[in-house]
Amino acid sequence: MTLRQPSMLTGMNVPATTSQLQEPAIRVRGLEKSYKQLRVLRGVDLDVARGSIFALLGSNGAGKTTVVKILSTLLKADAGTAHVNGFDVAAQAADVRESISLTGQFAAVDEILTGRENLVLVARLRHLKAPDVIADDLLRRFGLTEAGGRRVATYSGGMRRRLDIAMSLIGNPPVVFLDEPTTGLDPQARLEVWQAVNELAQGGTTVLLTTQYLDEAENLADRIAILHEGRIIVHGTLDELRRILPPAEVEYVEKQPSLEDIFLTLVGAGTDKEQP
Amino acid sequence: MNKHFLGDTAVLLGRSLRHISRSPDTIITTAIMPIALLLMFVYVFGGAIETGSDSYVNYLLPGILVITIASGISYTAFRLFQDMQGGIFARFQSMPIARTSVLWAHVLTSLVANLISLVVVVGVALLMGFRSGADVLGWLAVAGMLALLTLALTWLAVIPGLTAKSVDGAGAFSYPLIFLPFVSSAFVPTDTMPGPVRAFAEHQPVTAIVNAIRDLFAQQPVGSDIWTALAWCVGILVVTYLAATIAYRRRIA
Repeated sequence: MTLRQPSMLTGMNVPATTSQLQEPAIRVRGLEKSYKQLRVLRGVDLDVARGSIFALLGSNGAGKTTVVKILSTLLKADAGTAHVNGFDVAAQAADVRESISLTGQFAAVDEILTGRENLVLVARLRHLKAPDVIADDLLRRFGLTEAGGRRVATYSGGMRRRLDIAMSLIGNPPVVFLDEPTTGLDPQARLEVWQAVNELAQGGTTVLLTTQYLDEAENLADRIAILHEGRIIVHGTLDELRRILPPAEVEYVEKQPSLEDIFLTLVGAGTDKEQP
Repeated sequence: MNKHFLGDTAVLLGRSLRHISRSPDTIITTAIMPIALLLMFVYVFGGAIETGSDSYVNYLLPGILVITIASGISYTAFRLFQDMQGGIFARFQSMPIARTSVLWAHVLTSLVANLISLVVVVGVALLMGFRSGADVLGWLAVAGMLALLTLALTWLAVIPGLTAKSVDGAGAFSYPLIFLPFVSSAFVPTDTMPGPVRAFAEHQPVTAIVNAIRDLFAQQPVGSDIWTALAWCVGILVVTYLAATIAYRRRIA
């Protein structure tokens, strides 16, 4: 596995070069949103540094998706401010849309088109030159060259998510939102998605991902925030969060292989990406 | 207007047309019901209907074309609803594209799909003995009138497509539209109808549209019908376009 270990995470961020890049990629202050009587967000504050992977953790219904929808200009907040790549999401929505891409739960791929056609479509809509070259390049990078000519409806869950993430890279947006990128995936497909996310961040992209899986945040994120009942209750690096609990006691435990280890050993992780 | 409006609309139109070319059954389904009505009325009921015209298929075709459009536009509501549900809509909305191009692509797709269905239905009518002496200008006038009606009704279809809670809800609005031609001059002349029904039939848009198209096909002077028909179509278009735009703003706000 090429996944970064939590201990290696600090100091791997791409250094910011200009003063504009010094400010956080995402800055949220006092964000509130209600659906009728239901107060989903009750004053959310968060900062996401450029080039980092930030995990927004929370149980179902905690408001993670609402935060992402507001940041990606799909939803208007009732109160508070949010800036993405230095642009206000309410007043400069068009500039925000130039700076981001959105994938995951509710932003789907087109099932009737082929994988390649999906990539070409997004490249055209981002007004880029040579959409065919971009599509072929991404199919190669994400191990989808063989599948590129097939309709997405025939893809496995893992292939679909890989295509989804590939679509996010088109036009190199500086900020990428991944809403529950691995929900419903098998363990092998999850690892593939994690790898793709890590590659994204290594290229300098800021990634905000929402997840309900604690191990996902632990494995991927530079910083973690826990959203609970409409507020961020804690945020920090994994080490900082660990300090909340009393220091670990040394205990001797027989280390059994986990079911995931057994599963991945038997099926051979990442041997043949093209198989659905 | 956004500088990318035309380009983005063209790209998204290409996407929708590709959908249609991969499931041409929507065009066939659109054409089947009008063709069945055409066959039934010409070969079963038509002999007993006194229209004052020498050929019942000539009399009936304009109304059947209106029914074709009324059933065809419900696919716009369906396709739009699918895009919203599936999440591709959210992806488009989060991208730097001209926002109304998403709707226009669906509307233009409806125009293309209905045009194909109409050509199929006219083809069947020709096989059944439909004849018109209309010149190119006359046919163009008929095509223009049908295109205008398609546009007006498609914008109507956009509203349930954006607001419906279920697929059935998205398609249900078209049933009254399909029924409307039955209470018009489409199948029988209105003068045999009892008073109130006749009053309704003579003052609803289908009668004016059908009469205008019939006169164009028969190379008769179209009289005031064509202006009434145009006024209805433009009126419906303006109202449904505004309502659809408001529904869209609410949806993406």
